[in-house]
Amino acid sequence: MNNFDFSVIWPSLPYLATGLRYTLTLTFVAFAGGLLGGLGLALARLSAWPWLRMPAALYVNLMRAIPLVLVIFWFYFLVPILGQWILQTPQPLRVGPDQTALISFTLFEMAYCGEIIRAGIQSVPRGQVAAAQALGLTYSQQMRYVVLPQAWRNMWPLLLTQAIVLFQDTSLVYVISGTDFLGAAAKIAQRDGRLLEMYSFTALIYFFISFSLSWQVKHWQHRSQT
Amino acid sequence: MADYRWNWLIFFEKVATGGERYYQWLLAGLGWTVATSLLAWCLALILGLGIGIIRTTPLRWLALLGEIYVEIFRNIPLIVQMFLWFFVLPDLVPPVWGHWLKQEMPLPEFTTAVVSLAFFTAARIAEQVKAGLLALPPGQSQAALALGLTWPQAYRYVLLPVALRWIIPPLTSELMNIFKNSSVALTIGLLELTAVTRQINEYTFQSFEIFTLATVLYALLALMANRLMAWIEALTTLPGYGLGQGRE
Repeated sequence: MNNFDFSVIWPSLPYLATGLRYTLTLTFVAFAGGLLGGLGLALARLSAWPWLRMPAALYVNLMRAIPLVLVIFWFYFLVPILGQWILQTPQPLRVGPDQTALISFTLFEMAYCGEIIRAGIQSVPRGQVAAAQALGLTYSQQMRYVVLPQAWRNMWPLLLTQAIVLFQDTSLVYVISGTDFLGAAAKIAQRDGRLLEMYSFTALIYFFISFSLSWQVKHWQHRSQT
Repeated sequence: MADYRWNWLIFFEKVATGGERYYQWLLAGLGWTVATSLLAWCLALILGLGIGIIRTTPLRWLALLGEIYVEIFRNIPLIVQMFLWFFVLPDLVPPVWGHWLKQEMPLPEFTTAVVSLAFFTAARIAEQVKAGLLALPPGQSQAALALGLTWPQAYRYVLLPVALRWIIPPLTSELMNIFKNSSVALTIGLLELTAVTRQINEYTFQSFEIFTLATVLYALLALMANRLMAWIEALTTLPGYGLGQGRE
């Protein structure tokens, strides 16, 4: 404890801030993409057509069965090869860790958001759908005006909690040397040999952000119930 | 993609730098993954049970202590927690202990991985245990106390036997999570399944085969965890409590 020197953090704050900005961008993009893709997956899984339902179920179950680290590795090597194949370039595409992370986190998040949205849709009483059908609404009208607004009331706290989990999970881009908040801190820690200060500071910031966000979600949830 | 050379027999080939074969690396990695996860799971169950219980006791300061534990371990990413245990803790404790942690602790990566996974997962188990206990009707504990049971007896004989059965489904997903989360230990140098997968990929560049196999192995682990918990659930079902019926 006696060799704890917080003055090493000051000069590295700008670099850490770029890292944190990347973490937040990654969280935001992956979550937005996860919501959209997840909605598609949820609707596919609830579809009456098996050829739509089964691939979606396979995708979701596979994504949820394997560790995020493995997903990141999958796309880290797969994206350059697929890029080469699609764009017909002579060499595998050069893609940095930061771009790979955007793709892998979005695809990963789709599976988790998809399950939350599916449960949300299923929590809407069946009579609601029947009534909407009886009124002559089309499928997309039923979803847009009847089912999704009610499902949203049940699932927004879970989705926001998932976003906080995602915010913490983005730290795993460390495994492909991405420069997110943790990555930036780790690079400085190793350069200056100040692991103690940098990692404690990182933990503190992650805690502060996650804790205040989850507290906020709880607060909103409480207010919407009363 | 078109000129990718498939070779599913790569796992039986010899490692370029030594006498071993790749499947032996994979088995060793799988072994570390299973050992880390199961050991951490047992510790996390004990710790999580304890913390979940104290969060529901009438003693305010004890409940608050439990809340603080859960908030801390839930709001810091697992990888950062592992770094704290591995790199930071030896510098925070008295020098003699720090020296032991750095130099003499047996299997440092494995031990650290087990400890950090256990503390991380305990917070999540504590959350489930608390939810299970709070879902019991208040009449249960009142009746137990009215019968003259002490608080520990009420927990032991009345509240926990029902609450723990209720929370088997969420505990199942936690068990599946711990297998997945153990892969984070590769960042502190544990050669578990994902780490050897990456290593073999770097040696052979047969990425599709090796990543596919790792995916299948993790899916099998998840399936086994799922079946194991379903078996325990069936084994412990109490007739007349509606467990497993009408809770879907």
